[in-house]
Amino acid sequence: MLKIFLHQLNIIWSQIVSLWLVFLHLFHKSDTVEYPDVKPHMFPRWRGRIILTRDPDGEERCVACNLCAVACPVDCIALQKTEDEDGRWYPEFFRINFSRCIMCGFCEEACPTHAIQLTPDFEMAEYVRQDMVWEKEHMLIDGTGKYHDYNFYKVAGKAIGGKGKGEALDELPPTDRRSLMP
Amino acid sequence: MVKITVDGKVLEVDESKNLLEEILSQGEDLPYFCWHPSMGSVGSCRQCAVIEYANDEDERGRLNMACMTAPREGARYSIEKAAKFRAQAIESIMINHPHDCPVCEEGGECHLQDMTVMSGHNYRRYDGKKKTHTNQYLGPFIGHEMNRCITCYRCVRFYKDYAGGTDFGPQASHDNTYFGRWQEGPLESEFSGNLAEVCPTGVFTDKPFSKHYVRKWDLQTAPSLCAGCSVGCNTNPGERYGTLRRVVNRFNDEVNGYFLCDRGRFGTGYVNSDERITVSMTRSAHDAAPHLASTDEARSQLQAMAANSIGIGSPRASLEANFALRELVGAENFYAGISTNELAMSRQILDIYRSRPVNIANIKDIEASDAVLILGEDVTNTAARLALALRQSVRNLGKKMARDMKFPEWQDAAIRQLTMDRKSPLYILSAHATRLDDIAARVKIGTAANSARLGFAIAHEIDSSAPAVNGLSADEKELVTTIASALKEASQPLIISGTGAMSQALIAAAANIATALNGADKKANLALVSAEANSMGLALLMESSDNSLDQAMASNAKAAIVLENDLYRRAPASSVDSFINGLDQLAVLDSLKTRTGEQANLVLAAGTFAETSGTFVNYEVRAQHYYSVFKPVDTIRSSAFWLSDKKLSELTQGCADSISGGAGIATLTPGEGFSVSGMKVPRQQHRYSGRTAMRANINVHEPKQEQDEEGILTYSMEGVSALKDATVFNTAWAGGWNSNQSVFKFQSHTGAALKQATKGHCLVENSVSEKTWSEVTDAEKVTGDFEVFPLYHLFGSEELTANTEAIKAKATSAYIAINEADASKLGLQASDGVSVEHNGAVPYIIRSSIAPGTVGIPVGLKGLNFRDLPAAISLQKATDWATPSEWHAANIIVSDKTSVNAENGGEA
Amino acid sequence: MFSFQVGSLLNIVLILGVVLTLAALLIWMERRLLGFFNDRVGPNRVGPFGILQSVADVVKLITKEDWVPPFADKLTFIVAPMIIPIVMLLSFAMIPFAPGVGIIDMNIGLLFVMAMAGLASYSAMLGGIASNNKFALLGGLRAAGQMISYEVFMGVSILGVVILSDSFSLRGIVEAQQDGWYVIPQFIGFIVFMVAALAESHRWPFDLPEGEAEIISGFNTEYSGMKFGLFFVGEYIGMLLMACLIPVLFFGGWHAPFGLEFGNEIISGVFWMGAKTMLFVCFFILVRAALARPRYDQLMSYGWLVMLPLSLLNLLITGAIVLIQGS
Repeated sequence: MLKIFLHQLNIIWSQIVSLWLVFLHLFHKSDTVEYPDVKPHMFPRWRGRIILTRDPDGEERCVACNLCAVACPVDCIALQKTEDEDGRWYPEFFRINFSRCIMCGFCEEACPTHAIQLTPDFEMAEYVRQDMVWEKEHMLIDGTGKYHDYNFYKVAGKAIGGKGKGEALDELPPTDRRSLMP
Repeated sequence: MVKITVDGKVLEVDESKNLLEEILSQGEDLPYFCWHPSMGSVGSCRQCAVIEYANDEDERGRLNMACMTAPREGARYSIEKAAKFRAQAIESIMINHPHDCPVCEEGGECHLQDMTVMSGHNYRRYDGKKKTHTNQYLGPFIGHEMNRCITCYRCVRFYKDYAGGTDFGPQASHDNTYFGRWQEGPLESEFSGNLAEVCPTGVFTDKPFSKHYVRKWDLQTAPSLCAGCSVGCNTNPGERYGTLRRVVNRFNDEVNGYFLCDRGRFGTGYVNSDERITVSMTRSAHDAAPHLASTDEARSQLQAMAANSIGIGSPRASLEANFALRELVGAENFYAGISTNELAMSRQILDIYRSRPVNIANIKDIEASDAVLILGEDVTNTAARLALALRQSVRNLGKKMARDMKFPEWQDAAIRQLTMDRKSPLYILSAHATRLDDIAARVKIGTAANSARLGFAIAHEIDSSAPAVNGLSADEKELVTTIASALKEASQPLIISGTGAMSQALIAAAANIATALNGADKKANLALVSAEANSMGLALLMESSDNSLDQAMASNAKAAIVLENDLYRRAPASSVDSFINGLDQLAVLDSLKTRTGEQANLVLAAGTFAETSGTFVNYEVRAQHYYSVFKPVDTIRSSAFWLSDKKLSELTQGCADSISGGAGIATLTPGEGFSVSGMKVPRQQHRYSGRTAMRANINVHEPKQEQDEEGILTYSMEGVSALKDATVFNTAWAGGWNSNQSVFKFQSHTGAALKQATKGHCLVENSVSEKTWSEVTDAEKVTGDFEVFPLYHLFGSEELTANTEAIKAKATSAYIAINEADASKLGLQASDGVSVEHNGAVPYIIRSSIAPGTVGIPVGLKGLNFRDLPAAISLQKATDWATPSEWHAANIIVSDKTSVNAENGGEA
Repeated sequence: MFSFQVGSLLNIVLILGVVLTLAALLIWMERRLLGFFNDRVGPNRVGPFGILQSVADVVKLITKEDWVPPFADKLTFIVAPMIIPIVMLLSFAMIPFAPGVGIIDMNIGLLFVMAMAGLASYSAMLGGIASNNKFALLGGLRAAGQMISYEVFMGVSILGVVILSDSFSLRGIVEAQQDGWYVIPQFIGFIVFMVAALAESHRWPFDLPEGEAEIISGFNTEYSGMKFGLFFVGEYIGMLLMACLIPVLFFGGWHAPFGLEFGNEIISGVFWMGAKTMLFVCFFILVRAALARPRYDQLMSYGWLVMLPLSLLNLLITGAIVLIQGS
């Protein structure tokens, strides 16, 4: 009986302590950053506005592999592969419906070429919802974004214009199929 | 059956199969590359390693390849214990694999990806340099990316060993091994497209698909059928963004197994063609300006004119559409839309199947046949998938030898070593050399009438109660006895003929031989190839042989409704012209612009096989259902919709009720209301992407998902993946098995029939035992210099597929084929053309194996209409001759083409 | 008529105006205070210090679509939100703010207040039932159950005060505290009453009828626009009413503590009454910021197993003492 009583008393006491501790917060400094009066510092890995980047040679990095589209939990990325006369893949169109995008960054994680990147820019509101649908020409920038050195076709075995078979990183020249020599 | 223990699990398995096949059949996962259910084991990739223990005490065991192991009674195996070995094996395999999955067409449905993940290899430790290879141009169908090769040899084993291709093979040695042609150029085999499915990685890829590539999971697919010929192969076409992207094989053990021909795989681009009719049009007279007709307007106009018009059906339209037309105009006004001869042949085939004691051969029967006689049918070009099966049938001798020596059938390389070039007998009686000559024991060149005569003689030789033939030469007698005895000795003889040679006598002869072979304990296999995807379905709907196109044109009708049919391909142009000129009203329902359609005053935009659902009846009178893959633009509707107010299922039921023995037609689908866990079957895979963005450029507010009012499939990804219930077998996919190899998860036993899905329904049950005979008909005497026989082209002869870009690249314009002696008689020089009596001039090729006095005319190629020609024609050297731009002699792949004509025209 | 005497028009207009304004202001004040308790800033955009936030809210609520769900019982659905502000405002008629400041001085004032507070629960109950929505119904049920339980000992807890003051008139009770506030003899009664008051006005931690974590928004799930606004305003008037009742019953009403009277007794009275009221308002907000919501069964067992016996005990002891002293 006494135990129960003390236990209940303890509960009441803890409520009172809670009240007191919360009351003390009246005299703490507020943590709020008063955006837009104060612009917060955004970290480079912040998941904001999505861009498409170019490789160090200035060519489109996106190879239209569709991995971002399939990784997207809200299915807001649609694209179509096409290729140039030398066999380099690129998207014929690349569309993100930002009115559906949840900025989860899965597309960036899925991207094997560092083409799609999320940037710290988060001010993307529009008055017309149709304006939230972005095509490739709206997202493609002229730089490499966050990753400066990676060039997918320099490590991939597929030949493209300016890079033939065996010219990628760590590749031997093409074998001679007419030879039986070891 | 024997009992074995795999990782402590007791399994009951078939000892005549290999361990890999049995383990997979039990639902276990075991990685493999080189083994293929249709091609047997060679044990070259070292991926399916398991540990086999000598006895219960054995702790170490020894490493064995499951595909090369026959299960022993009571034996103990472990899959787990060999995991490390398999990981090392795949690490070695992957050492030279290029870093290019994102730009590989196989990515996402790659057997190599699946197996790498399954084996647990994920990081390339070896930091040496990678081997590279140059690629080859392999024609318009197949892309080549040799760097990705893992040297499993499946391509060669399929292309050379299975499909009999001669222009492709392995080159170089050790880790330089290269798979390609001896020099760049299009692959010659009609089955090259299967390389894309057989190759476990992305060395061989579907080139037309790559032009508008999307990943497998982004394709909206449905169980469909190939509309390219009468075999009715099961396909799985895929759509994205409103266009048909590709076709892959859909397994059906009795129709097409694992493989398709290139016409079926690459011949569907016409669905996206600019030649499509996308809107309905109407005009007051033939020469008035057309204006657009709304769906309701067009439909009511059609209904209004139906009362006093005749209907002309089509062998390429679905059973339901033909039935709807028959209902609309009345059975007496319904005409088949094919020539009198063709209709008679179709009905003759039906009659034979019903009244003769034969076994209607499906692909499994053909593959199991140990003696074959082909009567006048160029199977490779008219029913290509059967030719692939025939190539397997000649291997039955080797299998028998293996059985006699008591080693298992799956020992592929060993059996080939044992057999060398010994084959089961296959005889061909044909008007020209065919692509199966290389596996034939004897080939006899002669006209269809002559082949028929020999056929009757063979029947008489086997069973003397069959009608006899007089006046055989000594050579012919010897041939007849040889063939007759070979067929008699065989345990499963097979006779193949068909409508290709356009000879009823030939079909009658085939029927007589099959009848003659009927014995106490065996029935001969008989396969009679028909002309088009639904020729047999159309024949089933015709109550007599009277209502052919010729009769329709002679009926003095004032109005006609033509269903998916270009009359100019069916009858001489002059008679079609006079028929159409005599009409007040002509309505044409079609998917592509045709010469007939251009003259119509009401054109209704009809859907293709990809956009509609329906039933086709194949050469063995097997009814199969195909589901629409996607919904076309709103103005395109199915022919059945235009012709009838009834729902598709009601029309199907109507077909089932009105066709004798047709009850099975209504059982092809699980029926309306079918659901899995309360949901319809999804057409889109569970990984389908881009749903909220694909139409966002038009309007950010997403429309309601397309509805399929009639079907049991939905145009969405909602629903349960097929693993749970594969009654409607769509795209094969299983957890960890993203490639088409996953089909074994749906089979009752690896390589055997699918567990739940329908195989179609044969509408003819043959239980006849009485022998009846067709009388020998004397060939009509033809008058003229050259007797005409038809030539078929896999690429170009079929009306719809010929409108596909990839097919056009492998096709040619019309030509004539003659014997060398005849060519020199006509005084033809290398680059000359030949003018055909009343029909303009065309190029010619010389073929050594064409009977003198006969001329081969290709059917359906541009530049010369076979139907305009009489049975015999005269030929002359053309004056003012210029080679047509679409003439590509190199695309005519025949074994007996002599070198002279290679210069004729030639490639641009 | 225009002088400060109980029931004058001046009083009526002033009290009504002040109460309504305060209720609106309370919304802002609560959000601001909660902000501070949470180390945030709270609304500070509309007007100075964000004080016009309530105006913006009202404009928003009024201009929102006034949606009656097609499946709802229309009449009841519309009537339900009107009940709570009406009965709460009626209760304010009883509150004595200062000598001569008040609307009516009924000899059964306390009973009237209790009755009105009881009626307020119909708002939630009817709203919940009329919405024809399972979550709303659950909310309505909870409201009904909670009211019935907590009203019982709320009534019992103030009987001690009634015994001591010998009056049901609120003005009489305040006047009886001239010499000493009842919080001292009636401490248990005060605690019990305060807990009941929180529950009665659906304030945290007793806002189970809304319980957005489990039943979306409870009885007002289907409400939007100004109908929702009426529930909202009614709740704040209710909070204000309870914050007025506590000083009246236990803290001497308008009487200044420690003789800190100044000027005119009306000014001094209104000031002290207002100050005490605002103190309790702030306390209510602090409770909301600090305490967690109990489970519904905990709420019920606390009501019946702890609070009711406690208040009965309090009544028993008070009665006994008064009897003994009287004899």
